[in-house]
Amino acid sequence: MTEETVAVTARQSRSIGRDLLGIGAIISAAAIGYLLFPDNLALLTRIIAIALLVLSLDLVTGYCGVATLGHAALFGSGAYAAGIISAHYGIADPILMTLAGIVGGAAAGLVCGVIILRAHGLPQLVLSIALIYLFHEFANKASSWTGGSDGLSGISTDPLLGMFEFDLWGQTAYFFGVALLLAVLMLLRVLVRSPFGMLCRGIKEDPLRIIAMGASPKTALIKMYVISGAVAGVGGALNAISTQVVGLDSLSFTLSAESLVMLVLGGGGSLFGALTGTVVFMLFEDYVSAANPFHWLTMVGVLLIAVVLFAPKGLYGTAAGFVACRREKRP
Amino acid sequence: MQTFFSIAVDAFAYGMVLFVISIGLSVTMGLMRVVNLAHGAFAMIGGYIASYAAQSLGLGYAAAILLAVFGTVAISIPIERLLYRRIYGAPELTQVLMTIGITFCIIGIANYAFGPTLKTIPLPTALQGSADLGFRSIATHRIFAIVCGLVVAGALWYAIEKTAFGVKLRASVDNASMAAALGVRTEIIYAVSFAVAVGLAAFGGVLGAELLPVEPYYALRYMVTFLVVVSVGGAGSIPGALLACLLLGGIDTTGRYLMPEFGEFFFYLAVIAIICIFPRGLAGRVR
Repeated sequence: MTEETVAVTARQSRSIGRDLLGIGAIISAAAIGYLLFPDNLALLTRIIAIALLVLSLDLVTGYCGVATLGHAALFGSGAYAAGIISAHYGIADPILMTLAGIVGGAAAGLVCGVIILRAHGLPQLVLSIALIYLFHEFANKASSWTGGSDGLSGISTDPLLGMFEFDLWGQTAYFFGVALLLAVLMLLRVLVRSPFGMLCRGIKEDPLRIIAMGASPKTALIKMYVISGAVAGVGGALNAISTQVVGLDSLSFTLSAESLVMLVLGGGGSLFGALTGTVVFMLFEDYVSAANPFHWLTMVGVLLIAVVLFAPKGLYGTAAGFVACRREKRP
Repeated sequence: MQTFFSIAVDAFAYGMVLFVISIGLSVTMGLMRVVNLAHGAFAMIGGYIASYAAQSLGLGYAAAILLAVFGTVAISIPIERLLYRRIYGAPELTQVLMTIGITFCIIGIANYAFGPTLKTIPLPTALQGSADLGFRSIATHRIFAIVCGLVVAGALWYAIEKTAFGVKLRASVDNASMAAALGVRTEIIYAVSFAVAVGLAAFGGVLGAELLPVEPYYALRYMVTFLVVVSVGGAGSIPGALLACLLLGGIDTTGRYLMPEFGEFFFYLAVIAIICIFPRGLAGRVR
């Protein structure tokens, strides 16, 4: 065995160990959340749904470097797709609804990707903002399908796998959410380490060089956008299943901006960073807005400025960097 | 004909107000390459100061405008020194987050200090009535806004094309490090143009208070409109910004008059179409 292969196997086994550690951390966090807030499982399920949105944003922003302020379009499309097949077509199986969310999100991802990737820099940002407003207005006007500003109601869900009823306390929805999150996370770990994931990172670093190597950045980015849409769609569907209502706020600019804030707070370019940011931000929001709704926005603003100034890699990135630094110093 | 005329006047006035507010954003974005989402917040601060000066201090309209412009510039200087300095040259995402953070803070503080209600800036009697043009009458305030917009456009054109400062500014926009190597004090150019941009934003905020009412969420609500204007016009271009303002003001006002239910929808559809066709803006140059 040459030295190189030894190093590669060592790195692989270390990354598998880190994956197991991460999955263990998520399961124990889920269990702690369940034990600490048994009366507030709706909030925890909401956190999981938003975490899926932030993960999907991480795929295009953190890994590919596309700046977007309109990512809720993908989440909302998934939520409306799942809601509409239940409310208008009577398909109430939660798995089928999730699949509808995936399809709806991926379709929205394709549309947004094709449009947003036409420009770079500021025009790209403006395109994404215009798109989210367009989606919002469209859902508002197509009220016979979406319920307009009243929200889409009348969503009913069958028991999960025919066995587990969706109860009033949201236990089934919570466990369904945790299972979905774990499944998505494992698939994404494989995806970001695959050659395709590496290609996307390369596009973020130096698109010219990727073209010179013979790959097409645009095709790769559009593919990534569709995958990202599917992930956001899972989150939207989970939200529709657990709350049984889809509101226009799931297609709002505010949700897009907040998800970007969560991603950067946790640290873009890493899946666990996205999760950390979501959990910290959502718990912070829940706590501060209950304690003092008046100063809530100021606090978020100060938090943002502090993150940009003192932890530009985000909470997870800074912590990971600190740990790595300590490990290197040790002989 | 009647409708067409009132649409045209309103669109023109709205476009001019948009121009006065967003031209500063366009110049700083072209010059410093900062995606400044807090620009609308400065316009809002101007509106608040003018409203406070006119209502609580009892100052006249002109004095309120002056106080708003200089007060906002004074507020912006420490913000620029402490926060903006650190994000020059940073990746866009960092700039977006920092400036969104500043916007959130300003909204929260305005909400706390002045309450969530709409603030009005009382107009002087000379601007209240309407002017008779013989065949139609127009609100005097609209004419005032249009004249102010044209004066600002003309003054900026003169300052940038004809003065020594304008030459240095254009040189710094084209290539900042080369201009610095040739002896242009770029940091002074940056500071002056930032101050002018903020002052113009405050002026536009006061001028447009009739069309874009001053309230705490002003900064977030119209931020998108200002950004859209700049990116449709092409950052750093005055004719581009003027064209974009008139075009978008026209589309928005026409939509509101003729199809009030779908107004926003067509506005954003038009924005997407324009940016897809001109990814660098109407007057953007190939770099």
